[in-house]
Amino acid sequence: MDSSVATPPAPPPPATPPPPQGKDAVEGSATWRLSDRVGLAICWALGLLFCAIAVAIVAYLFVQGIKFLKPEMLVTPASAGFSQGESGGFSDALFGTLIVATMGIALALPTGVGIAVWLVEYGRPTALARITESTIESIAGIPSIVLALFGTVIFSSTALGFLSRTSEGVVFGRSFFAASAMLSLVALPLIVASTREGLNSIPRHVREASYAVGKTKAATTRRILLPASRPQVATGAMLGLGRIIGDTAIIIVLLGATQNFAPVEDASFPLNYLRGAGTTLTNFVYEASPTGNLNQPEKAYAAAFVLLLMVLALNAAVDVVHRRARKVGTWSS
Amino acid sequence: MAAKQAAPPADPAAGNGASTPGGFTGARRSIGAPQFSIRRMEIDDVSVSYSNRDAVKGVSLPVRQGEVLSLIGPSGCGKTTLLRSLNRLTELTSTAKLRGRILLDDVDITEIEPTLLRRRVTMVFQQPNPFPMSVFDNIAYVLREQGSRRQRKKVLEPKVHSALERAGLFEEVKDNLDHPALKLSGGQQQRLCIARALAAEPEVLLLDEPCSALDPQSTQVIEDLIVKLRDDVAVVIVTHNLQQAYRIADHVAFMYLGDLVEYSSATALFGSPREKRTQEYVSGAFG
Repeated sequence: MDSSVATPPAPPPPATPPPPQGKDAVEGSATWRLSDRVGLAICWALGLLFCAIAVAIVAYLFVQGIKFLKPEMLVTPASAGFSQGESGGFSDALFGTLIVATMGIALALPTGVGIAVWLVEYGRPTALARITESTIESIAGIPSIVLALFGTVIFSSTALGFLSRTSEGVVFGRSFFAASAMLSLVALPLIVASTREGLNSIPRHVREASYAVGKTKAATTRRILLPASRPQVATGAMLGLGRIIGDTAIIIVLLGATQNFAPVEDASFPLNYLRGAGTTLTNFVYEASPTGNLNQPEKAYAAAFVLLLMVLALNAAVDVVHRRARKVGTWSS
Repeated sequence: MAAKQAAPPADPAAGNGASTPGGFTGARRSIGAPQFSIRRMEIDDVSVSYSNRDAVKGVSLPVRQGEVLSLIGPSGCGKTTLLRSLNRLTELTSTAKLRGRILLDDVDITEIEPTLLRRRVTMVFQQPNPFPMSVFDNIAYVLREQGSRRQRKKVLEPKVHSALERAGLFEEVKDNLDHPALKLSGGQQQRLCIARALAAEPEVLLLDEPCSALDPQSTQVIEDLIVKLRDDVAVVIVTHNLQQAYRIADHVAFMYLGDLVEYSSATALFGSPREKRTQEYVSGAFG
């Protein structure tokens, strides 16, 4: 390596023009050696490229979505028909997505936050904490189709027969309950990870300040630590929700191959809808795409557009929570 | 750095020829000598070790209401550990072991339920650490039962106000009690932390370098406050700042490597230290 080039603090030779004002050798890249400047340019280019990809996806779906989405699709269930004009909308899929999202996050959020609190604030015995940590990390690494298969084993068992359709002693194993339960596992690692991050970012002396006025660990956790890590919990929950509404494998295996609600027995009893099979937007998009059974790409675009809007709304919600947290402020160190 | 206008002490490094070894001269503070003193705590031959490393070795000290006790010494001398053992905060470190006895009003503190003890012996930390809630709620949190939020604002209001008044903060925040506490200035945050510690109506107030993160002006406000508080609560303050100890303490304990080297009145310790190590430390030879 050429040392005369590699040593930045060396005073520049008199012939070299002084660096432009307001930008020293640390900020401005004019005095950097060539490889560093090329590297910086590559970073710039990659950043721009990925922005461009994201913008392209969103813009394309917006254009297609606005072109094909009709308001009545949101309230009309799918039906059999010969043309795309006759086959209804995807209201059942839309409600299905909302149902699995609600149920999945209702299971995953308290569990995930609870696990994170235990890991960060208690974590004893240490061996158990380590095992829990790596278990959760492995769940994060398991493909959701594998979770789905495992789910069918569990939910087809006779003991859990009340959660899905049962016919002549055979448990169907597919229901909103089954799908939501497995989907909550998909969201769980994200919630645990970001809640832990939030709790870990609270300085130790803040906890001690609460103990030092006679508060218990439980009271401190509930009234100080969890409220203080609300932005991270929200981030985890939103990422988890994103994964839940975006998952397809678990839906196909555990919710069923139908485009409509299929309530069990008496349809006037709401729980029977949850015990039955159904669909979600992801499943609808897959089936409606040219590779799927329905083959009605216009509706696939429309449904994908709705899905995208949901994800964007989640992102906006996280932003709001973070902005509120900034108003409350944080500790100086 | 945090020199009081009434008492500009000389720089310890340039202290040769001054009236004390460290060059501590002038009036110590605006308020005079203690009017009375009541023994609140008794530290009796206390040793604290962290996984076999001794942090505090056989220290005995009285803690009295009516005066300010300052623990001084170089970093790692065990002064903070000693302070934290007074409200059993050391127990949060699983490796910490305490021997000896600490009495609070003649009762061994190990016989007092920790949460109860910590309401009687409250603590303020080095970093201002208000809770991420409003100014009002920071105090109300202390007044409420464990984690509950049932008590009405109206009921708590007088107590919250009086705690803020005692910490000399009420006038500055009375119109903004709903504002987030973490948006106050550093000095105000620290006074809020003192108010929080006082809200529990403790007998002893522990302060762990409460001014080290603050600017000189805020430091002075807090020093004045500490001196004022000594009649209501026994005050123990750990400080790195010898000038500060000289300004506000009535008694000073100098610790070095876990040992209590010297304990005497502030004027005696800074004026004519008995021990050679004390003399070297207060004259700036080490630390």
